[in-house]
Amino acid sequence: MSDRIHDVVIIGAGAAGLTAGMYARRSNLDTVLLEKFVPGGQAAMTAFVENYPAFPDGVSGFELMDAMSRQAEKFGLETITAEVGCIEPHSGSPFRVCTSTAEMRTRSIIVCTGVRPRFLGVPGEKEFFGKGISTCATCDGAFYRDMEVAVIGGGDSALDEGLYLTRFASTVHIIHRRDRFRAIHALVRKAEENPKIRFHLDTVVTAVTGGGFVEGLALKNVRTGAESTLPVAGVFLYVGLIPNTEMFRDLLALSGDGFILTDSDLMTSVPGVFAAGDVRDTPLRQIVTAASDGALAAYSAGKYIENISAVIPLEGVAAEPLFAPPPVPPLSASEAESG
Amino acid sequence: MAKPIEVTDSTFQAQVIENPLPVVVDFWATWCPPCRMIAPFLEQIAGEYEGKAAVCKVDVDKNSALAQKYNVRSIPTLLFFKGGEVKDQAIGALPKDQIAARLAKLL
Repeated sequence: MSDRIHDVVIIGAGAAGLTAGMYARRSNLDTVLLEKFVPGGQAAMTAFVENYPAFPDGVSGFELMDAMSRQAEKFGLETITAEVGCIEPHSGSPFRVCTSTAEMRTRSIIVCTGVRPRFLGVPGEKEFFGKGISTCATCDGAFYRDMEVAVIGGGDSALDEGLYLTRFASTVHIIHRRDRFRAIHALVRKAEENPKIRFHLDTVVTAVTGGGFVEGLALKNVRTGAESTLPVAGVFLYVGLIPNTEMFRDLLALSGDGFILTDSDLMTSVPGVFAAGDVRDTPLRQIVTAASDGALAAYSAGKYIENISAVIPLEGVAAEPLFAPPPVPPLSASEAESG
Repeated sequence: MAKPIEVTDSTFQAQVIENPLPVVVDFWATWCPPCRMIAPFLEQIAGEYEGKAAVCKVDVDKNSALAQKYNVRSIPTLLFFKGGEVKDQAIGALPKDQIAARLAKLL
């Protein structure tokens, strides 16, 4: 382990992590970004982003995240490809972060580990993954030209990707367990108006069936209990997100469904550890909100470091006195009254 | 430095099946984000394994016969060949060290 003590270690290089990195570097903080795969995060998998500000014609998720990554790099953000193995909490000294390739010390941490797609947990789902089951319409949609496919889910992603799949598929069946969609109204209306889309509401998938590839779904209507089958060649899952917080379970306070709880400065239950983006307990998970979180978390981390540097002398750092009032000349009685 | 070899329906036999070295074949397409993410890994592996193993790429848009023949329905799919046979496969994007480790097992 080197003697270097970073100001900020950011974990995860999606929209939140890259923006946090850019802001931290622009504030001249000694910053390292750890990413176990490649920068971009979930946003990079999105075919087309039409709600990120300043792109009136939309932008591909990959292009957007590539630009975000290059912009952060321009400000000197150092990115290390490594998976975080442990974080040792603060006890008056800096945190210790160990990764698959290195160990480091840091005054603050910003957790931007994001989310991953949830699976249904029904028979056949694992077996047919990559053989008809997909979580990436952008990647695999084109394999289903003139075939029937199903999209499972009722949120923005399900409808967005369902609409995207109508470019290729002959029919897109959208299967949702409730009687109404969680997705925004504009998307629902767009889907309703698309002649290739068919809705199956109040319906759950009980099994994925097939031989070498997916051939169909076993369905059940949750209201009537009626069972049916639907022949489809492809199944795209958009049934929610799982926060990547397993490694923080014993360290940070989490919501009931595993997202990281923060205050309004994005500080977690552990002082000096911040969370930003999709991994945070937040009502809206978008690229723009992740970027916004990243900026605020970097700002808050900077403030936090300023404060601890004033209170706790860190190794190799000259401690600033906590409170040193300037010498005040004695005032005459008349001055004090008029002032 | 060796680079990944773009193979097609017509060159696959010579470049992959009859290749005396182990070959990792990356089924990809320009519109697939995770494929673009792992592209630099494959380039690096091609250089690092020069003379020991080959890295080939199949654009599924232009070579649908190969994608069909090897039952590729999700990309990226990596197929690891030795002696003309598929010895291992990986569906979805993998970190570089995992791709290299799977290829190294066939050396």
